[in-house]
Amino acid sequence: MIESLRSQFPLLRRHVHGGRQLVYLDNAATTQKPQVVIDAIRAFYETSNANAHRGGHALGAEATGLYEGARATVAAFLNAQPESIVFTRGATESINLLAVSIERTYGHLLKGRTIVISEMEHHANIVPWQVLCQRTGAALRVIRVHDDGTLDYDHARELIDSSCAVVSVMHMSNVLGTVNNISELCSWARSVGAISIVDGSQFVVHSDVDVQAVGCDAYVFSGHKLYAPFGIGVLYGRYEFLSALEPYQTGGAMIDTVRFDGTTYAEPPGRFEAGTPNIEGAVGLGTAITWIRSQSRVLIHHHERIMAEKIISAVSCEKQARILAPEHAVNGIVSMVFDGLHAQDVGVLLDEQGVAVRTGHHCAMPLMNRFGVSSTLRVSVAAYTTDDDVDRFASAFAKACRMLG
Amino acid sequence: MNTIAETIQELAQRMHGFPDWEDRYAYIIAMGKDLAPYPEEFRSEQFKVKGCQSQVWLHPALIDGAIVFDADSDAVIVKGLAAMLMKVYSGRTPAEINAHKDDVAVALDLQQHLSPNRANGLASMMKQIRLYALAYSMIKQ
Repeated sequence: MIESLRSQFPLLRRHVHGGRQLVYLDNAATTQKPQVVIDAIRAFYETSNANAHRGGHALGAEATGLYEGARATVAAFLNAQPESIVFTRGATESINLLAVSIERTYGHLLKGRTIVISEMEHHANIVPWQVLCQRTGAALRVIRVHDDGTLDYDHARELIDSSCAVVSVMHMSNVLGTVNNISELCSWARSVGAISIVDGSQFVVHSDVDVQAVGCDAYVFSGHKLYAPFGIGVLYGRYEFLSALEPYQTGGAMIDTVRFDGTTYAEPPGRFEAGTPNIEGAVGLGTAITWIRSQSRVLIHHHERIMAEKIISAVSCEKQARILAPEHAVNGIVSMVFDGLHAQDVGVLLDEQGVAVRTGHHCAMPLMNRFGVSSTLRVSVAAYTTDDDVDRFASAFAKACRMLG
Repeated sequence: MNTIAETIQELAQRMHGFPDWEDRYAYIIAMGKDLAPYPEEFRSEQFKVKGCQSQVWLHPALIDGAIVFDADSDAVIVKGLAAMLMKVYSGRTPAEINAHKDDVAVALDLQQHLSPNRANGLASMMKQIRLYALAYSMIKQ
């Protein structure tokens, strides 16, 4: 099954560094795109290109249909209504949109209140809230992470109190692979009247999400990690929550009526989609989601765990290497540090052998500080990762460690 | 002492002479190991080179009109690259460094052998060496 799935990804046939078969294990940064997604983008420009929501001509209607069709596909994927789906540039823009719109709507009420995030957040879910705090006089509170890479839920329970206005936590860690119990966090947020936001960028790649079951006010993710193009992302917002929010950017398409003595805004999701949208991106994302849903996600999930376990055991053979939070790494994201070696050195020598991994702080400097490291080497799998990839990684890894040892 | 251009030429020949990437990296790593120990008193924020993924320190001292550099990194490959730059630029006068405009990474054809991250680190070190040379030549005037 995996071989036929893999054959749908043309890029994976590539060679790098003068003839080495590429082994792509940087999937948590971005995934490769299946042929159907590439074809959908091409077909859009070859047959249907026109601006959506404008002009009463055939192509305009077609483009609008494709764009709104993609919205419906995303909505079904999350078990939401299409009116609750806002297209953005990516998870980063989704969170910025929320932070800015929350400030514009509730900013005057935030002085002395708290915004709760966690120690494992990506910078995209830290910095927008720091800025919101600076501008409103709210205070940032950070849920601690245990040594084993799990959130400290007792601490979270303490922090999510009556002063809390927003809780924003990631569903799955991009560094440790930890899957957080977000439905619990969201229910605590709900019980104190706080807005609950979930960054699902890593989680949606591996498992289905039901936003009704999660019980969040907002759920965000990027397309490009989910086999879809760059520059397209999603903000799901509970409709009543979105309806009450002031807009983020303003201009065309997001209005109801414009007069010089005052403008009224469109209802969501249009209110949050100023300007011409990324139609090709939405079409690509819709196609990617349809493609994912046509696969057996349960089987893929199981396969990804097996691949991760094999990577973990290959890494464990090398005495210098230490995996952070190994019990979470089986979720498909294996992060490691080295005794007496810099992760970057190992990464360079893997790259020379055609193996693509990521080294660095992974946009999670506070989490690096928490574990007392400056960077890690991260190996991350996708649906198309094969035994052959893992074997090549294992021998390249052993060689790199030997050369540096 | 060879000129900067001659030293680069020598290093380039050495790098191109290796039959495969493993030997090339073994050579780079060995150069790093041979680098003179970095003076601990200069292991501070002030002497850190910005723009590198690993930590890199570069300390200049003007001795008899020449800049003597010390360098170090916590990553062995970057340390090896730093050692190459030391071989080329340490002990040169500011005027010599200012006069030599060629990109050392290009001259060594390192772009081809190094992933972009490494090339960035090298460029950051190079930039810092040039800044020090420029600063010393200003002071002398």
